[in-house]
Amino acid sequence: MSQSHRIAGGQIERSKTLRFHFDGLPYQGHPGDTLASALLANGVQLMGRSFKYHRPRGPLSAGSEEPNALVELRTGGRQEPNTRATVAELYDGLEAKSQNRWPSLRFDAMGINDRLSTFFAAGFYYKTFMWPKSFWEKLYEPIIRRAAGLGSVSREEDPDEYEKGFLHCDLLVIGAGPAGLMAALTAGRAGARVVLADEDFRMGGRLNAETFAVGGKLGADWAAGVLAELSTLPNVRLMVRTTVIGAFDHGIYGAVERVSDHLAVPMAGKPRQVLWRIYSKRAILAAGATERPIAFENNDRPGIMLAGSLRAYANRWGVKAGERVAVFTNNDDGLRTAADLKAKGLEVVAVIDSRDGDEVIDTKGKLGLKSVTIRDSAGRTRTIGVDALGVSGGWNPNVNVHSHHRSRPVWNEEIAGFVPGADGPTGLLVAGAAAGGLSTHAALAQGQAQAIAALTDLGKTAKADSLPEAEDAPVRVTPLWHVHHGKGRAWIDQQNDVTVKDVKLAHQENFSSVEHLKRYTTLGMATDQGKTGNVIGLAVMAELTGRSIPETGTTIYRPPYTPVAMGTLAGRSRGTEFKPTRLTPSHHWAVEQGAFFVEVGMWLRTQWVPKSGETEWRQSVDREVLATRKSVGICDVTTLGKIDIQGTDAGAFLDKVYANTFSTVPVGKCRYGLVLREDGMVFDDGTTARMGENEYVMTTTTANAVTVFRHLEFCRQCLWPDMDVQLISTTEAWAQFSVAGPNARKLLEKVVDQDISDAAFPYMGAGNITVGGLRARLFRISFSGELAYEIAVPTRYGDALLREMLAKGAEFDPVVYGTEALGVMRIEKGHVAGGELNGQSTALNMGLGKMVSKKKDSIGMVLSQREGMVEENGYRLVGVKPVNPAAKLVAGSHFLEIGAAPVAANDGGWLTSKVYSPHLGCDIALGYLKGGDKKIGTRMRAVNLVGGLDTEVEIISPHMFDPEGERLRG
Amino acid sequence: MANALKARTALGAHDPLQVMVGALVVTERFDVALASVAARRGRMGDLAKAAETIGLPLPEAARHASGEVYAAFWTAPEMWLVEAPFASHELIAEVLKQALGDAASVTEQTDAWVAFDLLAPDLAPLLERLCNVDFPAVVVGYATRTMVEHLGCYLIKHGRGTARLYGPRSSAKSLLHALEAAAHSAW
Repeated sequence: MSQSHRIAGGQIERSKTLRFHFDGLPYQGHPGDTLASALLANGVQLMGRSFKYHRPRGPLSAGSEEPNALVELRTGGRQEPNTRATVAELYDGLEAKSQNRWPSLRFDAMGINDRLSTFFAAGFYYKTFMWPKSFWEKLYEPIIRRAAGLGSVSREEDPDEYEKGFLHCDLLVIGAGPAGLMAALTAGRAGARVVLADEDFRMGGRLNAETFAVGGKLGADWAAGVLAELSTLPNVRLMVRTTVIGAFDHGIYGAVERVSDHLAVPMAGKPRQVLWRIYSKRAILAAGATERPIAFENNDRPGIMLAGSLRAYANRWGVKAGERVAVFTNNDDGLRTAADLKAKGLEVVAVIDSRDGDEVIDTKGKLGLKSVTIRDSAGRTRTIGVDALGVSGGWNPNVNVHSHHRSRPVWNEEIAGFVPGADGPTGLLVAGAAAGGLSTHAALAQGQAQAIAALTDLGKTAKADSLPEAEDAPVRVTPLWHVHHGKGRAWIDQQNDVTVKDVKLAHQENFSSVEHLKRYTTLGMATDQGKTGNVIGLAVMAELTGRSIPETGTTIYRPPYTPVAMGTLAGRSRGTEFKPTRLTPSHHWAVEQGAFFVEVGMWLRTQWVPKSGETEWRQSVDREVLATRKSVGICDVTTLGKIDIQGTDAGAFLDKVYANTFSTVPVGKCRYGLVLREDGMVFDDGTTARMGENEYVMTTTTANAVTVFRHLEFCRQCLWPDMDVQLISTTEAWAQFSVAGPNARKLLEKVVDQDISDAAFPYMGAGNITVGGLRARLFRISFSGELAYEIAVPTRYGDALLREMLAKGAEFDPVVYGTEALGVMRIEKGHVAGGELNGQSTALNMGLGKMVSKKKDSIGMVLSQREGMVEENGYRLVGVKPVNPAAKLVAGSHFLEIGAAPVAANDGGWLTSKVYSPHLGCDIALGYLKGGDKKIGTRMRAVNLVGGLDTEVEIISPHMFDPEGERLRG
Repeated sequence: MANALKARTALGAHDPLQVMVGALVVTERFDVALASVAARRGRMGDLAKAAETIGLPLPEAARHASGEVYAAFWTAPEMWLVEAPFASHELIAEVLKQALGDAASVTEQTDAWVAFDLLAPDLAPLLERLCNVDFPAVVVGYATRTMVEHLGCYLIKHGRGTARLYGPRSSAKSLLHALEAAAHSAW
């Protein structure tokens, strides 16, 4: 199709042709076009359907404020819904589809909603779908959502990359129009570090869309000259296609850079978008202003646009939006549009200036504007045929970012718009049209002045160079918010289909506060956040209530300024890189064996290591348990937290941190300990070894390694800063393996250089040893019930140590076991772990009450003795096995007496951890049972209502394996 | 230390890795011994004297300093991480303990970290995609703790285009992935 509506001029590269598709039809455009400008150039005005009534819509604007021309851009995994055609940069091969219509854009079956509009007034669903109550969530709401929704997602994985980054500068300039350019130039020439960010792909702001001169040349040429100079300054960073989306605390701004959106496919390795966090010492908001429409009957037809946008399409993109054009304005800027369009050769058939008493009262044309009906000051009406109408209701300064810290904009009578108020984000200045300076001269002057002010504030000097000459026309606007005529609908917020009638209804039903108005009518709530509609809505409400606009007030803005893709917020955190992974020293060995892994926090731990012929995980786990108990097993326990605690007060420090005593542990020994929280609940457990007079190595559970370290630092720095204690984590510095089983010592004797006989290295011994001359540590501790040691070497040697133990100890048939076998053996032995260390349990609950020493003060000791926590019949840790060995147990099942009804009142506690014990030949579990210590030997039921299980169980000692501990002391 | 066990790098290989991505060269440093040195309470003066005798620099906050054998960077009040050649100082903690006596608490940290040396004409485009450090603005010898892709790291600036990044050893692979992804994007 030819570009039938392309006219001369504009900042497009006509020597190159870009091909693209919209709703499957082929079109052509040029570099420099947006999707909207290219479609208009091809004579396409109809680009979308409205949210609620499915009204045919074309673009209202030429920028990011666009409410109507929303499309689905790209296809497959790259498909993006609700993209504004007015800012989508055209590229060769672009594919776009209209949305919110079926079966086609021209004929949309849901257009019936428009005929039924009487039933769909504001708040209709609050009143209409009242009964039956249960239908709302399951029936009404899904139907409404499906009917009303905008674009769709492809549900395919986005193949592109997204990124996050950090920038630092003295001055962030938001917007590269005349004010922003002048600010950046002033600060850049003064040597300040400047970031100039603009959402457009061409910097220059309105100068690109205007025909007037700046400094004796075309405004766009002046802008290009300034940009050329700025690009030579190493202290200035120019960021095109970058939208500053929000002002956050302490001078931090969020900005989205669209690195690849203008390409069919991102270049290799390049992200589609980057979310920048910009740390600025000062910032200048030079975001310009947005023109607002005037509400009149049927003011939403394709072809009716903001006048400044009609002008921009002609001047910047060389596009005539129609053949016969009219302009409806309440201010002088509308007249500028008429003049520019005429100069471009468009037929301007009428200029309707409300200040003269003329108004547009209605329009015709279903899929595109055909005519407008005008009423003059004498009340006469006439209808003229036009296919485009420019509407200018004045300009709203873009105060959004200034409001992000809840600063309320204030009303300015002179421009009839809200300007930034007091209490904006600290360090944020405002310049140009965003501050209400609507002439080019005002923009330039304010940009320069605010840059000087910002730099002065930072102790830097900036020079006020002479300003280029520019137009300084007064605003001259006489507000007209809506045309009082007829009973038809006049649109205020075109994206959410909010009309003057809806505002009247809100007023009638007493939702007249601006906050209620917004929520009742959905005014300003969609992807455009009311950039074109908000002020008109407020003004209409002001009229209805008889108050002034300042008395009526305004809602304020939140980030983001424009919609942000979820992928951009996620950055690189997706898929397997969603979070960092921690690999154990034995990871590579385990991979070679085909091991299965489990995520434990960020760690990947070996879960079990299958042997050939094993087809089911239990086969592997049972084998690992039995082999360990029969001979020897090795498990990588590097993931347990290790904290090096040194200082002359290290022992005293541990006495305060642990519920039991550590200052009395002899050098060369270790002790099991419990760390309590302030509230007396158990925080963590582990063994701590005394490696020297003033040196301890504390171990924590894997899950709590970081939180325990943080707790210790808090204690050291805040609670007892006078203690001589130094802490550092050594979790990663040592590869540590548990070697357990009757032949554990024999195996270790093959690799360590010292005597580790029971006499030389007794139970709970700890010390520095060597392995073939290499420094190492040995701890004789056991959580499996077996004779067991933990041996540690510098992490780089961990893989080799494992292989060495397996090779040198081959005669003992050593097995490497994973977390599943570890869990089986610790439950068989009655050791508490994750299921029992649930943050709601005391030492007494765990059967470890005697460990809480009353002879000294320690964190949590006092509160662990509270009434209720020391109840005689409180929860106690018990062992559980089914009466019928073939019966299954499920963790989480609740204890019930035989014959008791399964109701909460009869609840006796719950099963905390469950495994299959190959040693006992049945499921076994640990659990918290009320008065459990007195119920050993009795029978109860383990009931799981969710799983439908009701199993008779025997309550036994939690020490289900080797209760006398003969094996581990062997 | 002579022993029969064969070491593996943090990335799981027997030899340290060197990769080039765009303008960036990442070199895994397997030859650096590390230990933490923290002054015992009230003993900073004694520590400073002892450190001086062995040529151990104890730089001020957020700084790295190099001596003849030892280099060190500040990590917390009266606490540093000390670097030395691994070949001569595999037992760095023992050596320092002997030299500093009871004026300091010394802990071996060699294998707690993976060390990546970063080399490019200018590292700013890379690092601005990874961490909240104003790399172009800070001086050579700047050392800081920073987060890189959720990982707590130390970054030391040795020049406009040279830096060392210490990250948690167990996450070396994830950290390298982040470096490579950012480098692809930066250049």
